[in-house]
Amino acid sequence: MEAPLDPLERYRPIVDDFEAFLAACRRPLPRAVRVNTIKATVERAAAVLEREGVEFERRGWNPQLFTLAEEGPGPGSTLASFHGLTYGQEEVSTVPPLVLDPEPGERVWDACAAPGGKATQLAALMDDSGTIIANDDNLGRLSALRFNAERLGATALAVTNQDARNYSLNPFGFDEFDRALVDVPCSCEGTIRKNPDTLEGWSMDHVHSVSGIQRDVLRRAVQATREGGTVVYSTCTFAPEENEAVVNEALAAEDCRLREVDIELEYAPGVTEWEGDEYDPSLERAARIYPHHNNTGGFFVAKLEVGA
Amino acid sequence: MSENIGDRFDRLPETDADREVEGRVSREGVVEYFEDRFGIPPETFEDYTFWEKGAGKIWLYRGEAPSPIEVEAIGMTCLRTRQEHWKPTTDFAQRFGSEATRCVIDLEPDAARRFVAGEDGEIAWDGDWGYLIAAHDLVGRREPIGVGLYVHGELRSMVPKGRQRDL
Repeated sequence: MEAPLDPLERYRPIVDDFEAFLAACRRPLPRAVRVNTIKATVERAAAVLEREGVEFERRGWNPQLFTLAEEGPGPGSTLASFHGLTYGQEEVSTVPPLVLDPEPGERVWDACAAPGGKATQLAALMDDSGTIIANDDNLGRLSALRFNAERLGATALAVTNQDARNYSLNPFGFDEFDRALVDVPCSCEGTIRKNPDTLEGWSMDHVHSVSGIQRDVLRRAVQATREGGTVVYSTCTFAPEENEAVVNEALAAEDCRLREVDIELEYAPGVTEWEGDEYDPSLERAARIYPHHNNTGGFFVAKLEVGA
Repeated sequence: MSENIGDRFDRLPETDADREVEGRVSREGVVEYFEDRFGIPPETFEDYTFWEKGAGKIWLYRGEAPSPIEVEAIGMTCLRTRQEHWKPTTDFAQRFGSEATRCVIDLEPDAARRFVAGEDGEIAWDGDWGYLIAAHDLVGRREPIGVGLYVHGELRSMVPKGRQRDL
């Protein structure tokens, strides 16, 4: 039986080719792995997978990402994975760290980091140097974060367990980050292809309650980032209440502005009005990645520059 | 001498002479161990600091942190000390084991598969007994798998349960 997609009906006015969108939401998601460049080059990881007989395809926009053939072992059941040369990570979830674009040696915060796919991707993009502080408030999910960070050999990464909304940098002895990733807990509508029952508990109340937390985490991230630094806000959901509305509040309350998202994927611009609310016109610089655009899950990404 | 406090990270003293906490190893001691036992060049760890959290659990870290620091983790656990024979971790062996030139035991494909699954195996080895880095040839290069304990003609896989795989 097909999972009901009723909660997505409200996005008909803002999604181009809505029928293609619904059809894509009903298809299972291709499985993907990211090459962990802390431990292996892309070519070596490819050679190891080939030796194992694992079929995969490269994705041009992100050379470090391979999608796996439908049949064959899962992302965590290969020798390449055992060695930490690859990590099972959905294609579109590799977007936010690439948009954040951290440099080796920088101080970077991942506010809601468990289970650690994006945090270890940040570490890899920084050649495992600088300081990556991977935080999560959920103690249960921290063990997965720690496990993955060690398995992938991320040695410049520290793990903290704080409420990101009033995050304190005191333990580290410095007072601001160069960049921050705010990949917040959300209603997860965009993961429908991976978890067909994701919409079962969907309610407008939940969307509204989670958006308050999202706003507070984003505001804290902007405050904790140096002038000229970058904050990336992302969710795996379509609801403008959790996306543009959250960024809009941060723009109004904190000293920051939107920058273009520069990725070689198809996406739609952020919306600037929704159900009677108007948002800052610069929100069209945000990216809405829909499942039918690139055969991925759904994602929202916004890039903010702090100060000046 | 003060006592080790188990729930925070303390940076290791530079040398044994700088030691202020009972039983704590020094950075020099750790780096020398990796060199003496496995031939890993000391300069491998130039950018790293070493820390103790919990009794004898040594962490290696490349980022910034003051000492002491109370967080969940910094870098990775690399070594277990405060016991007769020091024991490197699986994750350390995978991350830095390719720098090793001694006490590395090369496994044939079947033995490697069993080792990854956490199984012990009888295997010939005429080097030192004790903790070894197990490795195998993977697409033309020696790739470290983890740490094994070699005694009486047997290599015991130390790959932790959560890391074991039936491949």
